[in-house]
Amino acid sequence: MTARNPLRTRASVAAGRLTAWLSRSSGLGRGGMIGGRVTLALDPRALRRLGRERTVVLVTGTNGKTTTSLMLTRALEALAEVAANSDGSNMPDGVLAALAARPDAPYAVLEVDEAHVPWVAGQLQPAVVVLLNLSRDQLDRVGEVRATERDLRAALAGLPGTVVVANCDDVLVTSAAKAAARPVWVSTGRRWTGDSTACPRCDGLVGFQGKDWSCGCGLARPEPGWTLEGDLVRTPGGRQVDLDLRLPGDANRANAALALAAAHRLGVPPHTAAARLRTISDIGGRYRTIRRSRHFVRLMLAKNPAGWVETLRVLDEDTPVIVAVNAQEADGRDLSWLWDVHFERLRGRQVVVTGERAADLAVRLCYAEVAHWTEPDPVAAIDGLPPGGVELVANYTAFRDLVGRLPDG
Amino acid sequence: MAESVVHIGLLLPEVLGTYGDTGNAQVLCRRLRWRGLDAEVVPVGLGEPVPSTLDLYLLGGGEDGAQALAAAHLRKHWRSRSRGAVVFGVCAGLQVLGTRFRGLDGVDHDGLGLLDVSTEPGERRAVAELVATSSGLLPEPLTGFENHLGVSKLGADSEPLGTVVRGTGNGDGTEGAVTDRVIGTYLHGPALARNPELADLLLSWVAGHPLPPLDLPEVDRLRTERLTTTRRRR
Ligand SMILES: [Zn+2]
Repeated sequence: MTARNPLRTRASVAAGRLTAWLSRSSGLGRGGMIGGRVTLALDPRALRRLGRERTVVLVTGTNGKTTTSLMLTRALEALAEVAANSDGSNMPDGVLAALAARPDAPYAVLEVDEAHVPWVAGQLQPAVVVLLNLSRDQLDRVGEVRATERDLRAALAGLPGTVVVANCDDVLVTSAAKAAARPVWVSTGRRWTGDSTACPRCDGLVGFQGKDWSCGCGLARPEPGWTLEGDLVRTPGGRQVDLDLRLPGDANRANAALALAAAHRLGVPPHTAAARLRTISDIGGRYRTIRRSRHFVRLMLAKNPAGWVETLRVLDEDTPVIVAVNAQEADGRDLSWLWDVHFERLRGRQVVVTGERAADLAVRLCYAEVAHWTEPDPVAAIDGLPPGGVELVANYTAFRDLVGRLPDG
Repeated sequence: MAESVVHIGLLLPEVLGTYGDTGNAQVLCRRLRWRGLDAEVVPVGLGEPVPSTLDLYLLGGGEDGAQALAAAHLRKHWRSRSRGAVVFGVCAGLQVLGTRFRGLDGVDHDGLGLLDVSTEPGERRAVAELVATSSGLLPEPLTGFENHLGVSKLGADSEPLGTVVRGTGNGDGTEGAVTDRVIGTYLHGPALARNPELADLLLSWVAGHPLPPLDLPEVDRLRTERLTTTRRRR
């Protein structure tokens, strides 16, 4: 199956590729983003055209987009070639760049920023949308998570042909996905409720009882078809699939459960998909352990309170921790969220704070009574620790900058 | 203090807690404990009456619908509120403490009337670092982050907390509001982490006397960094 694109789109894609190459080779930035931006400027209908005649899956949510997209990509590669924005460029131009890079791939797995799903989904008419979770992220920029939920809800209501694979333990996700014609509910367990005690439909109080939750207005947890229990995923047919992932933590098991459900919709049997998920050991450098002289540094990304809940669980005991925090545009300029992270759990460890906003983090740790020292440069922070293992947790731009400065393996 | 334990009420954290607002309770609690005073944070949820026995009441930030819900709840379930309690409200909390606020839907809501402030939606959202000089209550400037659409007007019964140096604040060059021992501010989220003097002002009202200073180099460093960075960018 070959997608036939009109001449103008093909020419604009070629121009976009050239720009991407230029930006990569001159070290200006992430080529995917810049290449896509040029193409959209050349031909605004390019996205629609490049998505035509393919099976498109969109993955969205506050945390886990890149991981889940990679999982789904691996699973669908059992069927055929897959186009994917695996570098995490999840704005419309990054999505376009991914499609342009693999014009003949019959499948596309695209992670999309929550706020851009309505527009991208309208253009691409995806076969499946995977909705992972919705929580506060970048307080100052995206603004309020409830507005995002309302926009998603309206967008999903307008996609009658799309299957929505959604996490029914997340109140906001459920509210949005209930608008879909064909939701597939996946129970992944509830870990972060900080943003969902007021009902997204009526502002009433959502009550939680064990796994169940409900509001007086009628919004309630649907019966899941798929359920994650420990390391097992139970399918709608009653089969049990052992995950046994190489990636750590419950959050990754939750991502895997959603990926299995989505892959199943597209014809990949759960056992086949799970076996393919087990080949993943790092996500764009995350969870990867790199060696720098006498240190073995495990790199982790945590950019909001919900992400930190998971990260605090997977940190190795007795290993020093470096926390790097920036507040660039892409991170959100407002660091108030640091106060919703239970940094108290780092008490008794060796902790180094670093990054452009190390001073904000130092005050937070001071009030959490976590002994720490400050080293503005993250690489110097590694070198200053005794030889051995290091857990390094960074938020978005801090992580990106650091990966660029460290060896590959 | 009549009691040996200071009770810090955190009002409706599930709806007025969007921006790390529990931080203010943590800061107050620690600043008391580090001085050898016992303190306890008492969260008061939706559906519960607000106890009249607490020493200090905190209201955080929240979204539009949540804010109206909070105001309605507190008008009904916080009967003791006029009895001279120490109250600190941030962002939506400031608006709820006022006499009236208008939602994005154009509907007016009654506030608690503890501050003489009325609020309407402005033209565009103020999302930035906010610096204000304090109006007599505190020697040092106030620093923080603001994120709100509201424009607030003060009536005769409230004084501004400060004068805006950078940012938006109330919208007319003033920032925040004070009436007796009730303070509201647009310095949102964990405002007291960056403004230890403001934290200690509230605590001295609770204690009935000034508190000995605390030496926290981390906080001094953060204040210096934020105040010099924001000055440079002007
Ligand atoms: Zn409801």
